[in-house]
Amino acid sequence: MTPPAIVERAVGVGLHVIAITDHNAAGNAAAVRRAAAGSGLAVLVGMEVETREGVHVLCLFDEMGPLEELQQEVWAHLPTAPNDPALFGEQLLLDERGEMAGSCDRLLLTATGLNLAAVEAQCAAGGGLTIPSHVDRRAYGLLEVLGFLPADLAAPALEVSGRLTEQEARERYPGIAGRPLVWGSDAHCLADIGKCQTLFEIGAASVAELRWAFAGTDGRACRGRAA
Amino acid sequence: MRLAQIAAELDLQPRSAQASLERAVTGGHVGDLLSAVMAQAKPGQVWVTVQVHPNIVAVAVLLGLAGIIVAANGEPEAGTLARAEAEGVPILCTGLGAFEVAGRLYELGVR
Repeated sequence: MTPPAIVERAVGVGLHVIAITDHNAAGNAAAVRRAAAGSGLAVLVGMEVETREGVHVLCLFDEMGPLEELQQEVWAHLPTAPNDPALFGEQLLLDERGEMAGSCDRLLLTATGLNLAAVEAQCAAGGGLTIPSHVDRRAYGLLEVLGFLPADLAAPALEVSGRLTEQEARERYPGIAGRPLVWGSDAHCLADIGKCQTLFEIGAASVAELRWAFAGTDGRACRGRAA
Repeated sequence: MRLAQIAAELDLQPRSAQASLERAVTGGHVGDLLSAVMAQAKPGQVWVTVQVHPNIVAVAVLLGLAGIIVAANGEPEAGTLARAEAEGVPILCTGLGAFEVAGRLYELGVR
């Protein structure tokens, strides 16, 4: 999954916007955005943070600066265990041409010590948007790990895994009420890119436009899972 | 067995709702996946977990649990303790791991 290959595949399956959200890591997001320059594909930069509770939360930003600040918070609250490539694979950093730019030696697959509220606060402070990911999965999904939506959840939308349709999700979890739902491919390999898509009516690929879409402001809309 | 006796035997630190420590404990449950706890734990049980999020209090109230033992040096969030106090849910903390807490409870006759 090199940056140019991700862009080529995303354009090829007809996506207009993607988000790069490595687990607890921001090191490849800028390279994918650079690789997409001139392609027509917009790239939101972000991270999938694993909270202390064991919940996965997507944190999306327009710019790298606040994402890098979130990364510093994550580094400060991540166990310092080294990665074992034989067990967990390499954690490579690639440039926009897909060439090796380095690797991350710290194990990224563990939980941070940051609780859900702290992750949301850090993300909001940087102008970012939180969306708990695959909320219906027993592994790291908010609704399964914490049982139901926390009263103080700031996220304006929830991501549902591809296993459930919107109707199934709302029936299984009545507590989500009218909160907007999105579907992402959670692609860990090129073939999965575009597997699940969400249709937005927005004027540009930005965090602000997504917020407006979730709120239904000024003609923007989140139309749910694309057929 | 009363929660207060369990707290004394295992040297647990009561952190909320100490007036409710005289509750009878009718069994135990160990788990950190709250959806599974909601499906499996029974009223009157004491619940051993490493989760410290405020949602644990709601789960305990919903199920009528006797109390929550936060294992492995977990530090309940301020919002969790406030809610537990308001709802009368005893939270007891310990440095013991969940495995050892469960074993000690079993030895005490909590089954």
